[in-house]
Amino acid sequence: MHNLLTQFKRSSEAYLTAVILLFIVILGVLTPDFLTLNNWVDLIESYSVTAILAIGLFVVLVTGGIDISFAATASVAQYVAAYCAARLNLPAPVVLLAGAAIGTLLGCFNAFLIDRLRATAIIITISTMSVYFALLMYFTSGKSIYGLPAWWSDSVVLFEWATGPDESVRLTLPIVVMVLVAVVTAFIMNRTSLGRQLYAMGGNPEAARRVGVSISSMQWFAYGYLGLLAGIAGLLQAHRVGESVPNAMIGSELNVIAAAVLGGASLMGGIGSVSGVVLGILLLAILRNGLNLLGVSPYFFQIIIGVILLASTGITGLSLRRRRVAEVS
Amino acid sequence: MSAQALSPKPMSSMKATEMTSAESPTERLRSFFYMCRSHGNTGLLVLLGLLFLTFTILLPGRFATHDTMVSMMFQLPELGLLALAMLFPLLSGGFNLAIIATTNMAALLMAWIMVTYVDPTGGNAGLIVALALLAGLVTVILVGAFTGYLVATLNTHPILVTLGTMSIISGFCVWLTRGKPIAGFPESVQSLGNAIYLGIPLPFWIFTAATIAVGLLLSRTRFGISVYMVGSNLEATRYSGINTRNVLISIYAASSVLCWCAAILMMARFNSASAGYAASYLLITVLAAILGGVDPNGGFGKVSGLFIALLVLQVISSGLNLLGVNTQLTQATWGGTMIVVMAVRYLIARFGWFKPRRKLAKSTV
Repeated sequence: MHNLLTQFKRSSEAYLTAVILLFIVILGVLTPDFLTLNNWVDLIESYSVTAILAIGLFVVLVTGGIDISFAATASVAQYVAAYCAARLNLPAPVVLLAGAAIGTLLGCFNAFLIDRLRATAIIITISTMSVYFALLMYFTSGKSIYGLPAWWSDSVVLFEWATGPDESVRLTLPIVVMVLVAVVTAFIMNRTSLGRQLYAMGGNPEAARRVGVSISSMQWFAYGYLGLLAGIAGLLQAHRVGESVPNAMIGSELNVIAAAVLGGASLMGGIGSVSGVVLGILLLAILRNGLNLLGVSPYFFQIIIGVILLASTGITGLSLRRRRVAEVS
Repeated sequence: MSAQALSPKPMSSMKATEMTSAESPTERLRSFFYMCRSHGNTGLLVLLGLLFLTFTILLPGRFATHDTMVSMMFQLPELGLLALAMLFPLLSGGFNLAIIATTNMAALLMAWIMVTYVDPTGGNAGLIVALALLAGLVTVILVGAFTGYLVATLNTHPILVTLGTMSIISGFCVWLTRGKPIAGFPESVQSLGNAIYLGIPLPFWIFTAATIAVGLLLSRTRFGISVYMVGSNLEATRYSGINTRNVLISIYAASSVLCWCAAILMMARFNSASAGYAASYLLITVLAAILGGVDPNGGFGKVSGLFIALLVLQVISSGLNLLGVNTQLTQATWGGTMIVVMAVRYLIARFGWFKPRRKLAKSTV
């Protein structure tokens, strides 16, 4: 127990938890609306899609790779599914399956190129991003699909309890899916041999290869899994807004990377945890929501993300250097 | 998997002098191709020639004309200067995600000074424009130097550092302008964008000058060599007595100065400045550089390669545009070109096409 505690104290999760608690206290004192259950449910729901993407990206980051194309993948999956549902009137299971399958397929195509061409992941995924997105815009002419069927766009309330005469708190589908994705991913990463192999590959690919980890399979899994989650995120995003806009999710790539890195993942691979990523997302959500309630301009939020990203990566980088210096001397 | 052994590094030690005259014709042809390949840009030049030829045949009397060439020379410089801005960090094994934000920041600052202080009746325009340009230059150098300092000291991947600075810079720009553009510049600025000297548009002259300057800087100066060394091995460079921190600071400052050049051209062309311009160029600049033979891990790459790669992209986009192909589809072909070129490079390295078989074994020893 003592061991676990000291380990926790050193981890980035501990820093994040401390920072989050600090902000909760500050924002809770400054704005009375902040610490209401309703506000918290809204806050978490509004970040559920980003969280799913960040968790998927985290799996790729652990292997030492990177993916820029996931937002384009999510958009393609979403649009194809929306087309199946609204124009072809296909039944729900087929539509959902199509969305997930398209996402996985596009993710696997990234893996195929990265694995076969032995090329740098960032270059491949920038290329595929431009291909996926440009083809999507070409075939759709940038037109949105509005009339989504009711089973898709109606909000699903899984649990509801009254908090006041006219108020009630609702546990909606996006939150549940996000929690499920987080739990499943955490299980894969921490409790299965597959997860250990992914970490091993990120830590030292050559060493991992020599102990029998198949680098190819790991890449196929990581990019395919991110593709699958991107497909799910795309479906959920359409569920939340009730329409499919081809370029709605484009441009969020860098913010998702920021969220994953904030949660302790490294672009070098091999470190980080799902809980860290979730905490990173939570920090961003709390800040955005709190500043909103304080009446700070939403334009200002981006500056704060930048400062936090620099501060958190800076602290991690400097502490790594200090540790290395300490080891040498 | 032997990724390292197969990595497509050309054997630069192979020189033309190693080819003896006692070879069969096919072997000599092989050697010639290999020599071309190890020289670097031949493949790209062949691609450029093929594309040019194809479009000339497909568009008789419309592609290979003076007008088309001039319009291409008007369009290329913005992406070109931004790609040069990305080149310095890439060569050093880094990345500068903040180039677009820096460009827009410089444009907004200069635009604001001009619009606020230029007397509408004329008179002081020249002085104010000069002051605005100077203010923009000083600001971008400070921003770039600070970015470089952070990259050197934070011990974090440059992607993350510049992601942070990008977020801060563009956040400030959007916050201060509320996302609105600033428009209405003096005549002298607008004329920059459409002037033609000696049959060649002024923006293209500026871009060519910048390319040559960057080329000379990289190949002929102490700083240029340090950039390549930092890209190959930062620690080794430090131990060889080079102040790597100052090199990194200079790299990101130089990158910012090129953004400033791009900002001036963009202001002149659009007659306005905004925090949201050119966002789609950010990752395309990386594609152009990699297409031009820059090693994404740093240490290798030439300006000439980048220049030809930019021409390739511009020929594709202008040609398809004249053919009536949708702009979106053109962008898809850029990404597709990149993937195909990488595949071809890989196949060449993998199966050793164009390699002189017998000579290789000796020269590697």
